[in-house]
Amino acid sequence: MKSSLATRLLGFAVACSVAGGIAPAHSQESKPWEKIPIPALREFKPQEPKRIELKNGIVIFLQEDHELPFVSGSVLIPGGARDEDASKAGLVDLYGQTWRTSGTAKMTGDAMDDMLEAKAAHIESGGGEDSTSVSWDSLKGDADQVLSMALDLLFHPKFDEQKLRLAKQQLATAIVRRNDDEAEIAGREAAKLVYGADSPYARQPELATIRGVALADLQAWHDKTLGYKLIVSVGGDFDSAAMEAKLRAALEGLPPAKQMPQRHDEFHAPKQALYFINKEDVNQSNVQIVGLGTVRRNPDVPALAVMNDILGGGFASRLFQTVRTKLGLAYAVGGGFGFAYDHPATFDVEVLTQSATTVKATRAALDVIGGLDASPFTDEELKRAKDDILNSFLFRYDTKEKVLAESVRLEFYGYPADYLETYEVALKKVTLADVAAAAKKYIHAEQVAVLVVGNASEMKPGLEELKLGPVHPIDISIPGAPTGGPQGGENQQ
Amino acid sequence: MRLRAFCWLKTSWLTMGAVLLIAAGWGVAASGVAGAQDLKSFEQRITTKVLPNGLTILICERPEAPVFSYTTFVDVGDVNDPWGESGLAHMFEHLAFKGTTQIGTRNWPAEKVALEKVEEANSAYEQEYRNPNGSDPQKLAAVKAKFEEAQAEAEKYVIPNQFTEVAERNGVHGLNAETGLDETQYFWSMPENRLELWAWLESARLSDVVPREFYKERDVVMEERRMRTDSNPEGRLFEQFASTAYVAHPYGRSGIGWPSELSQITATEAMDFHKAYYVGANIVVAVVGDVKAAETMPMLEKYFSKVSGGPRPLKMTTVEPKQFAEKKVTIREMSQPIYIEGYHRGDYHDPDDAVYDAIGDIFSNGRVSRLYRSLVRDQQIAALAVGESPFPGSKFPSLFLFGAVPLPGHTPAEMADAIHKEIDKLKTADVTDEELAMFKTRARADLLRGLGDNQGLADALAEYQTRYGDWRELFKQLDRVDKVSKADIRRVANKVFVASNRTEAWTETAAPAQEPKPAAPAGGKAGAQ
Repeated sequence: MKSSLATRLLGFAVACSVAGGIAPAHSQESKPWEKIPIPALREFKPQEPKRIELKNGIVIFLQEDHELPFVSGSVLIPGGARDEDASKAGLVDLYGQTWRTSGTAKMTGDAMDDMLEAKAAHIESGGGEDSTSVSWDSLKGDADQVLSMALDLLFHPKFDEQKLRLAKQQLATAIVRRNDDEAEIAGREAAKLVYGADSPYARQPELATIRGVALADLQAWHDKTLGYKLIVSVGGDFDSAAMEAKLRAALEGLPPAKQMPQRHDEFHAPKQALYFINKEDVNQSNVQIVGLGTVRRNPDVPALAVMNDILGGGFASRLFQTVRTKLGLAYAVGGGFGFAYDHPATFDVEVLTQSATTVKATRAALDVIGGLDASPFTDEELKRAKDDILNSFLFRYDTKEKVLAESVRLEFYGYPADYLETYEVALKKVTLADVAAAAKKYIHAEQVAVLVVGNASEMKPGLEELKLGPVHPIDISIPGAPTGGPQGGENQQ
Repeated sequence: MRLRAFCWLKTSWLTMGAVLLIAAGWGVAASGVAGAQDLKSFEQRITTKVLPNGLTILICERPEAPVFSYTTFVDVGDVNDPWGESGLAHMFEHLAFKGTTQIGTRNWPAEKVALEKVEEANSAYEQEYRNPNGSDPQKLAAVKAKFEEAQAEAEKYVIPNQFTEVAERNGVHGLNAETGLDETQYFWSMPENRLELWAWLESARLSDVVPREFYKERDVVMEERRMRTDSNPEGRLFEQFASTAYVAHPYGRSGIGWPSELSQITATEAMDFHKAYYVGANIVVAVVGDVKAAETMPMLEKYFSKVSGGPRPLKMTTVEPKQFAEKKVTIREMSQPIYIEGYHRGDYHDPDDAVYDAIGDIFSNGRVSRLYRSLVRDQQIAALAVGESPFPGSKFPSLFLFGAVPLPGHTPAEMADAIHKEIDKLKTADVTDEELAMFKTRARADLLRGLGDNQGLADALAEYQTRYGDWRELFKQLDRVDKVSKADIRRVANKVFVASNRTEAWTETAAPAQEPKPAAPAGGKAGAQ
């Protein structure tokens, strides 16, 4: 169902992670685990999907997997929420919901639900930041019929007023509830500090912007994006030749795919500053230390990945070792310098600590980050981090499903098909000097904003003790929502 | 290192019951399992062995890629926490990541002595802190300082996080553990050439755990409580709900622990808990992946024979008495409204277990479900509405839970009314043939879908081996699913969904406080410690 609401209910999925400081100069006499033989790993070459490029530019990936009697597939369509008009923020979300629930000229969404669920099958549509999609799955015996229905939905949607209304209700519910959960507030507002509140990568739907979305907007979005380069992927228990024939018959007649217009976003690192959001019903602060990250194409990414592992990527990382293990100040602590496929991600370090220790824990995390420059990386850290990353690299392609998903991802963002192989090679080559250079080049204390969401009445000492300049309160009140819920400070920052 | 109950609950809310069958026990069965994987093909791929110490090893060969996943399923959870020590099972689970007499220490004999002094110092601190005449602040500060000194002394021998570091350096993937009210699970995946290394690590922490860095880890778990429960509106609501629904059984107790108790759990208590419950007969270890049973079983047997062979703990005495009074909880606070209600039902051995699964499926699974169509689509009063079970555990008599998230402007009372109307329909008219058939089809398909994932399979096989003494029950359950009739559903609805068996809980949005609050923290007064 609604992903934003689901996210709400999920509360936070904070992954506990890592890093710190104490370089263990082991004086253990015996390490019995090191005497255990580690035989060579069985030779394994993951099965690559078959790639078919149609004359009109549409790309198809077919990945046979006969272990279980299921077939699943998806059509990935360029264009997502970052491309929607700011005055209609929420449009792609509403589109992603309404598309499937409305159904087609042949069959209403409700009738589709009845028919599919009786077969334990699914067809769903969805909208994300940079793409939308239609996906399906069913038992093998129903696969032909479900594929036909999915293609009918792809090409002949009939957007329905009632279903748009339901989608708006879902989204409005998520909007008025968005300040209930501390972690949701922290994640959202931290992104705004990095990208700017109005950035396509940080802005949020409001009651007013979703009110303005009409049925015609959904149809127009659909007509526009269906003309871009579609990527079709099918995995499971089917015959590739037969599936190729079916997909060719359905897709070959489409006009040549249009080029999606290039985005021209500007990204600026935030200035060092301290921000605060007061929430009276919590006893733990959520601290976000954020800056601008980078793009995966950046040749420094392998070095940054190793640096991340040392900084915040596991139990042995500096953040985890210091803030959690040594100081006992947090359950959830971790983070790193992010890289996304086609735009700069964020640098984000997160610490959750009881109100009274907010300053202490924030200071500890800042010191670890600052220490990336000051306390030199050791050979031991480098070796550990590379072992972590390289020995588990296999889990990026240990199922046929993951290999298929990776192929689609690389195709969508225009990366070479052998990206994982070259990335692994590059990771192996990372040296201590590379990591030190990356830390020096990318980690700058004066380009990091600190956001604290927490309960002011319990914080002692107060945030001014962080000595990061004036505390800027952020107003998070929800325009047009009934009063209630936590209030931020009175001033717009 | 999570608490299981809430994770499960939220997961299932997320998908509106789609994962219910999997989480609640894969209510699926063998008859009619078509295609690649069925009971027969599994019988050939699964090997089980009970060791002399009572521990069961289960291997399922699935050589899709050179990796394996494992689950260690220990039949102990926070229901087993002694009175006054809520949160102990979960605290112990955290300790199981701290290493052993061989890993994580620079000098075990010296560390052992230092840790004994930590216990003595903590004991002295407790004596003063819990002095029935009130503690003397000066004395308290003095014993506290000694306690901290003792900890600092013990820390000198620690190699922090060495156990997990060895796992991480050897390619571990998805390393974690979960403590539920019913059970504790440890799990991860690794490249297949690390099987013996894993067996060394896992058997060591089950048999040779030490009370290392216990008190600092207790602070970490206090933070986990603040995150999951205190600072989360749903966490607060569910804790109040469960503690109201149960008057005697520990299903009503906070799983992560009440703050006063959690903050006073001792390492000695954790080690006693380990001695009583981490015995072979109480543990199943399931390994799924690129592993050959014939080749590896002797090696696994060698390592896991180290686990203690003490007697299997007895079942607890407490049985929740029959509820006779309807109960209601209202939380007035600044977050948006949520409504939940629960009815007592039987445990997973109850002959009607599959009937509850059927009701949950028909009420909650997808956009065809009754609660979605009624409350979300037609009446347009809720954004989400579900009814499913079991909550908060399954081993003991549990609750059938309903819940709804109102749309803006709608109230918890409207949710209650609308849910009760749907329940009345279930009592007075049969479900349709289509609904019943859909439940059975989806149950079967969901079971099958779960078979293609090493970790999911390891979890399920270990759970079924523990709960039924035979992993085959994972498939045989489908027989019970197939037997569910319309009359069963009506009978169970009339028996269970009655007001005197009900606890309701909801959040109402409180009006914002009138007096202006400080815009920025300026030190404030004493807060929660």
